[in-house]
Amino acid sequence: MDSSEVIIDLKGVSFGYRGNQSQRPVLHELNLQINRGERVGLIGPNGSGKTTLFHLLMGLLKPTQGEIVVFGKKRQEEKDFREVRGKIGLLFQDSDDQLFCPTVAEDVAFGPLNLGKSQEEALEITRQVLESLGLEEFENRLTYKLSGGEKRLISLATVLAMQPEVLVLDEPTTGLDEDTVGRLIQILRSSDLTYLIASHNRDFLSQTTDIVYHLGRGKLERSPDIS
Amino acid sequence: MASQDEEMHIDNFASGDSLLHRLDPRIKIVIALLFSVIVAVADRSLCLATAVCFSLALLLIARLSLREVFLRLLAVNGFIFFLWLFLPFTYGGEKLFSIGPLTATWEGVIYALLITVKSNTIVVALIALLATTPIITLGHGLGHLYVPSKLIHLLFFTIRYLQVLHLEYDRLRAAMKVRAFKAGTNLHTYRSLAYLIGMLLIKSFDRADRIRKAMLCRGFHGQFYLLSHFELQKIDVVIFLIMMLVVGGMASLQWIVLK
Repeated sequence: MDSSEVIIDLKGVSFGYRGNQSQRPVLHELNLQINRGERVGLIGPNGSGKTTLFHLLMGLLKPTQGEIVVFGKKRQEEKDFREVRGKIGLLFQDSDDQLFCPTVAEDVAFGPLNLGKSQEEALEITRQVLESLGLEEFENRLTYKLSGGEKRLISLATVLAMQPEVLVLDEPTTGLDEDTVGRLIQILRSSDLTYLIASHNRDFLSQTTDIVYHLGRGKLERSPDIS
Repeated sequence: MASQDEEMHIDNFASGDSLLHRLDPRIKIVIALLFSVIVAVADRSLCLATAVCFSLALLLIARLSLREVFLRLLAVNGFIFFLWLFLPFTYGGEKLFSIGPLTATWEGVIYALLITVKSNTIVVALIALLATTPIITLGHGLGHLYVPSKLIHLLFFTIRYLQVLHLEYDRLRAAMKVRAFKAGTNLHTYRSLAYLIGMLLIKSFDRADRIRKAMLCRGFHGQFYLLSHFELQKIDVVIFLIMMLVVGGMASLQWIVLK
């Protein structure tokens, strides 16, 4: 496979929240291309639209203008994005939004089950993913009794369990202690997935990504080298 | 450890290793349901006496802290106390005593007594049977008894996010406190508390939306799954049969008329 294959291509994408039309739209004719294997960072002030951009990519929001091409296909309808969601895994900012099942095992198995795996296969994947992250002892824990750092890592496990080709992480280091951030850096550096990370933590981005874009005034700009 | 004290009382009785703690949750649910229905409609003393003995026996087998159980019963009887204020004086029948214009009747007192005995019996049995199972396991048990999975997941969502909401409430409350808010009987208090409740509502709304989106991202398409499965052990079957005998006995004491 060509190593410079473009897997995500946003062309002139604009978006503004309804009832906010008098103001500048959140994203304005934004372009972004990500190749397979690329590790991209995204930095920008609060409210600059990083989360909005991710939600557009996953089809949770619809652009007011522009085209979203993922894996070589133009995505418009809900059903186009269903396929995208199987291949791009999004880690939410707040882990309490992501973990909704009573137990860790059930939460991690939820994605694979939705993708049509049998219960045995789903449990097998769950064990593998938890083990690969060094979280095997968490399998039968209750999600609401986990600490913040544990919740974040388990959330990552729920995303990885879907065996995505691309990872999209929304502020993954917020509220984490140094040890957990270190663990996250290790996990990301040892993975061969394509990923896109939004963060305020420049140090974290410099350790995990190759290119960093700056999002501001609705546009993306290549950020000066930060490493 | 203020946060520990304020933690909600879910699964208070669930940790333990008695015979009842280990019993298959499906059996507990079935017995609890049959028992409660029979006790609720029964009016014969022999049947009710058996029921009282049965629920006390369950309580002893479950080896729960009697003090904790008593505290729970106190809460139940708080409601029943009001029945004692009204029932004896509003129920027609033979006069027992009178206070001013109010007349208490034998029938009224007996009726209030009946309700008191019944509710306490049912609550004790439910504590011994259901509260000895973690609520999550109980949900899974219900699922395997063919209760619709949507209802069960509603239960799971409630348990999961009650905690999150409770923390959010604590945070807002603390934020008010550090700015010297003191509840009083004035408009400022009412307005501030209304803001607090409104804020909680909006936050839950937003959270529900984000949870839905997170679920969609993981391929949710309306299908819920239950992963836990239970296997009946021999001891489960034996206990089930014994309990069914007692419950069946209660039913026959209530409904079979000996000539």
